[in-house]
Amino acid sequence: MNLDNWETIIGLEVHAQIISKSKLFSGASTNFGSEPNTQVSLVDAAMPGMLPVINKDCVEQAIKTGLGLNAKINKRSVFDRKNYFYPDLPQGYQISQFTQPIVGEGSIEIDLKDGSSKKIGITRLHLEQDAGKSVHDIEPTKSYIDLNRSGVALMEIVSEPDIRSAEEAQEYVKKLRSILRYIGTCDGNMEEGSLRCDVNISVRKKGDELGTRAEIKNVNSIKSIGQAIDYEFERQTEIINSGGKVDQETRLFDEKKGETRSMRSKEEAHDYRYFPDPDLPPLEFSDDWIDEIKKNLPELPDVKKENLIDEYKISSYDASILVSDKNNVEFFDKIISENKKRNPKNVANWIIGELFALLNKNNLEIKDSPIKAENLGELIDYIEDQTISGKIAKTVFEEMFNTKKRAKDIIEKKGLKQITDKSEIESLIDKVLENNKDKVDEYKSGKEKLFGYFVGQVMQETKGTANPGIVNDILKKKLAK
Amino acid sequence: MDLKKINLEECLGLLKQKKISSKELISFYLKEASENKSLNAYISLNSEMAIKSAEDSDKRISENKARALEGVPIAIKDLFCTKHLTTTAASKMLNNFKPTYESTVTQKLWDAGAILLGKTNLDEFAMGSSNETSFYGACTNPWDEKKKYVPGGSSGGSAAAVAGNIAIAATGTDTGGSIRQPASYCGIVGLKPTYGRCSRWGIVSFASSLDQAGPMTKTVNDAAIMLDVMSGYDKKDSTSANLKETNFYKNLNGNKKLRVGIPKQYKSDQLNNEIIKHWDLGIDFFKKNNCEIVDIDLPHTEYALATYYIISSAEASSNLARYDGVRYGLRKDSNDINDLYEQTRSEGFGDEVKRRIMIGTYVLSAGYYDAYYLKAQKVRSKIINDFKEAFKSVDVIFTPTAPSDAFEQGSKIDDPIQMYLNDVFTVPISLAGLPAISVPMGLSNNKLPLGFQIIGKSFDEDSVFSAAKIIEQNSNFKKG
Repeated sequence: MNLDNWETIIGLEVHAQIISKSKLFSGASTNFGSEPNTQVSLVDAAMPGMLPVINKDCVEQAIKTGLGLNAKINKRSVFDRKNYFYPDLPQGYQISQFTQPIVGEGSIEIDLKDGSSKKIGITRLHLEQDAGKSVHDIEPTKSYIDLNRSGVALMEIVSEPDIRSAEEAQEYVKKLRSILRYIGTCDGNMEEGSLRCDVNISVRKKGDELGTRAEIKNVNSIKSIGQAIDYEFERQTEIINSGGKVDQETRLFDEKKGETRSMRSKEEAHDYRYFPDPDLPPLEFSDDWIDEIKKNLPELPDVKKENLIDEYKISSYDASILVSDKNNVEFFDKIISENKKRNPKNVANWIIGELFALLNKNNLEIKDSPIKAENLGELIDYIEDQTISGKIAKTVFEEMFNTKKRAKDIIEKKGLKQITDKSEIESLIDKVLENNKDKVDEYKSGKEKLFGYFVGQVMQETKGTANPGIVNDILKKKLAK
Repeated sequence: MDLKKINLEECLGLLKQKKISSKELISFYLKEASENKSLNAYISLNSEMAIKSAEDSDKRISENKARALEGVPIAIKDLFCTKHLTTTAASKMLNNFKPTYESTVTQKLWDAGAILLGKTNLDEFAMGSSNETSFYGACTNPWDEKKKYVPGGSSGGSAAAVAGNIAIAATGTDTGGSIRQPASYCGIVGLKPTYGRCSRWGIVSFASSLDQAGPMTKTVNDAAIMLDVMSGYDKKDSTSANLKETNFYKNLNGNKKLRVGIPKQYKSDQLNNEIIKHWDLGIDFFKKNNCEIVDIDLPHTEYALATYYIISSAEASSNLARYDGVRYGLRKDSNDINDLYEQTRSEGFGDEVKRRIMIGTYVLSAGYYDAYYLKAQKVRSKIINDFKEAFKSVDVIFTPTAPSDAFEQGSKIDDPIQMYLNDVFTVPISLAGLPAISVPMGLSNNKLPLGFQIIGKSFDEDSVFSAAKIIEQNSNFKKG
């Protein structure tokens, strides 16, 4: 079967939990991992007569995010009720935004493996409440409800159906997550559920009209996004190729099996009976407020990347790796800012090369790196001032990583300090030449390959700490005589 | 001195002059209320706590530390959440429900020294115009206990308690007329303040965009005294108005020269003679008081009733979704969650509540939303605009409160349309969020009270009180 002329049309709905002390409409705390039902206010439990009051901090976070997505901020937006019954939805409705969201159209740029970049449109961002959690595995015949999450503020960020592949979808989510982390509006932690993803996907032969889409729920890691899309592409093209029709339905991604399965059909879809929440007046704010938020907005990854390239002459590729995670850039910035003489390219190479290699090998995030920024800076300084050679530095680096010791201590303890004293090196060379008279003769009679042998001997004598440049220079002079 | 007949103003005077103690007063009213079971005005009485509170009040009075309503017994509609007493909304769903919190309005009353006497009967979840939909049984109009007339609804218990002299003053809530219509049927004063004047926090919600708490009292002065305490901005209610403090009681002026509007759309052919007669009488009172009478036009009045029942039911269907048997209130257990919902809600809600939930669910459904809910919202805007236009030429509007006097229990309960028609004069004002008061003017041929309504501009309760005072002074209405 030839799949080359097929096209996948993908749109993503990302639910991002807002970083805020309290919930969207109540004063209850948003701490993750607390004892069940300890972070629940009367409003969150939907007690009779309780009323929602908007948390201004959450609104500000949504505006910040909108600005980070180059999106239109709607100065007037409306909260609606989405009505449905579920045991972990105490009000019997979710407060959301339906027709008039707080943020309108925007876009983000993603970088792809082939070096190209692509703009993905954002349709909208709206504020809504999270539901609580049903726990079914404590007792066989009972379900338990935990309302800690009930009422926590979410941003639903909806993309245009501009995404065409699993790679693009993954890069989109990574980029979105990076933006959210930069501006501090969502921690982007997919394992804890602070960032969740629904995938809308359809396939068509290139040039055809849009196919029927399926909505895939519960796709909660970058890896799952790839798997779910690949699986759906296979499934949908197979259906069409065998003469069938793709059903419009909601499907669930099964992480263990790497498959999607039907959750509910179009006919079973809820009628949510959206209507404006009469407990909440429309959300209205001024240009001044937006401007003020804009002023205090931290640097965004795209801007930071340009700055790295302009200011430090770092390659575009290296720059994009550094900015992909706010923690990377912070690590880099810290090393540079501590000592302005440090060579930014070297610093970038150490982070992207040696440090990432060891972090990946040990499955660690940069924020958990055993080597702190100031210690890596120190090590780089020792190479720069020739205290140690680049080769020795790698050994020291590995030991730093494994033992958390400082470079200085390792160098001193193991005597790794580079020998740069010419007279000391000269006397060492003299000793080596003296002990290898026969080889000196061979060299002089034309066997120039032996030069390396002499260097090796000197290095062995000094356990590799002799400055290789000086060794070469003196050795050449001596052998030329 | 007959403690039974005193109004709030007199009561405050007696307490201040130490002619009676709060303890005597509370004991007297607790006894009266518990002995008068036939009205069925109360769902619960605050027997134990009230006496203790009265002793505290007496202490304060003796130390000259009395607050605005120190030591006065107040009846509270059983829709306001109260910490120490069950809050049922007259529904089986919340039978025995005891909140852990106090509504803002009642808290303000207690902070001013008032004492909770008991929780009064109402139509279930405030849905009804006769107090017959209560899970605790119908409440009876005290004007003729033999013939069993309704006290009106939904705040029927509060109206009957004040009119029946088993409460000095009470609170009610008004969504489409639930304070004004029972006030009219029971011959007392009932004010629905401007939407946003009193906090809705802690009041069991019926229709959020319409619900408003207000006083139900023996006199206009009493209503002003009560509103001074009940009103005020509350940051816990996003629809509450953040306004400068006012003093309604102090501003009350029975000699204000007002421009009084008479809407022609309220003069239907079906309106009976006794109502028209009293309406004309009221107009004369205003004229006598040098007020100007102005004919006004409220062109969208005829659509108000339908609009009201669509919007209020839509909001109710959503507001009542929280009564699902999961966290509090009635639960009929089942192994299946949908079955649990069905059983719980089938048994917990009465017929009228179910009817409103069904209407509300229907008008919000896909395919019907535009034709019903959205259209109703558009009409609501037109009705709001009608009043805005009218108030360019008048200060207040004067109309009957209800199209008739109180009707007999059982006479309309099986005919929802007839029942809903009772609200024809009160719902337009609710949709527009305006303040309106019902003041008794006289008696019908059945010797039952007839109340008239004065409507004011948004947040102009002062003019409403002043106009009400003119009617009150001239009609010389006497309680039975």
